[in-house]
Amino acid sequence: MTRPADPNPRLAQYAHPERLVTTGWLAENLGRDGLVVVESDEDILLYATGHIPGAVHIDWHTELNHPVVRDYVDGTGFAALCGAKGISRDTTVVIYGDKSNWWASYALWVFTLFGHPDIRLLDGGRDLWIAEGRETTREEPTVAPSVYPVVIRDDGPHRVFRDEVRAAIGHIPIIDVRSPVEYTGERTHMPDYPDEGALRGGHIPTAAAVPWSRAAAPDGTFKSRSELEEIYLAGAGLSTDRDVITYCRIGERSSHTWFALRFLLGVSKTRNYDGSWTEWGSLVGVPIVKGDQPGSIGAA
Amino acid sequence: MTDLPPALTGIIEDFGALTERERLELLLEFSENLPDLPPRYAEHPELLEPVPECQSPLFLAVELADAAPTGQSLVHLFFSAPPEAPTTRGFAGILHEALDGLSAAEVLAVPPDVPDLLGLAHAVSPLRLRGMSAMLSRVKRQIEKALAA
Repeated sequence: MTRPADPNPRLAQYAHPERLVTTGWLAENLGRDGLVVVESDEDILLYATGHIPGAVHIDWHTELNHPVVRDYVDGTGFAALCGAKGISRDTTVVIYGDKSNWWASYALWVFTLFGHPDIRLLDGGRDLWIAEGRETTREEPTVAPSVYPVVIRDDGPHRVFRDEVRAAIGHIPIIDVRSPVEYTGERTHMPDYPDEGALRGGHIPTAAAVPWSRAAAPDGTFKSRSELEEIYLAGAGLSTDRDVITYCRIGERSSHTWFALRFLLGVSKTRNYDGSWTEWGSLVGVPIVKGDQPGSIGAA
Repeated sequence: MTDLPPALTGIIEDFGALTERERLELLLEFSENLPDLPPRYAEHPELLEPVPECQSPLFLAVELADAAPTGQSLVHLFFSAPPEAPTTRGFAGILHEALDGLSAAEVLAVPPDVPDLLGLAHAVSPLRLRGMSAMLSRVKRQIEKALAA
């Protein structure tokens, strides 16, 4: 059983309003049957310092990633994870997190690889909930384990791998959502962030620089549809019926842009390259462009 | 482990005796017990050195004080990280409790793999632990710089 969509008129402007909920809607729906709220943050301890009442915690490093291979959990692992969090296949899952929902978007993207039917993002995330003075608790909910089916992960519609990216250069628009210094190749990681390892700096040839934060308003909510259209359709030249590839450093910031393109603007063929710069920037022999111009396949 | 400072050995033993989940709770306690900056740093954050290897912004300062009877330099550590970064604060809290007040020689002798001895790699992830290694190496670098000055 799923919950009805948030009828807030502000969400109606988006292509898929059912993929977002407002803080007000969530506050009213807490504790209702069929809803599980998931917090997913960059910092693994942040949930324990206080979270939305009843919310469970999913950590991207230790729970969504495969324990050995650089990949996500498989169908069996995902079924075990969801089961332990009290999530069934027909549960409405609302995800929120810190940092304007980067990690929440990332978790939502992984849930999408498994085709979870009703998965939503809390617009504004953890910061907005707290800024509005809404209730938090340190009490962890008692979860009644559920049975989640083993679903084969379907990467195809949402995820893209390095060979496909290479073949896409010059054919499919690529959006680099990293900071300007990462794009130009001055740095291989965000200022003030750990370097997860890339041997070269720069960007994938032809990729347009559209930092993820341009999709977010100062309060962490998404910008209006017309603002997003201005940035991505008019500005970056994307069209809603064409393929798009997004990437960043490890795929988390680009999940945020993937969400905005796919569900808010309806660019339904947006795929996320989670190998991102930590893979491309270390691959032997692939073309790279340095500097602030997108460059071309022959310019490397 | 016999050559580690006693406070550090104690912390490693405490973590070692716990389940993975309890280790995270203990790390949160360290996060909450990290002392606030004294006003001379709180009012002058530019005096602190940033540690960009940490997942979230962390700043630290190291002071050496002469302990007159022994002639040794005693190390005092100051860390600053926001409450929204409890893991980073927890790492800082461990280093503060383990190393603050030791002699410069004792801190410099702490092996770089100490973060790996806490049993947190699986619970927290190795990537996040790198931030703690970076804090330790920057503390040591500041001590070396101060001793050379």
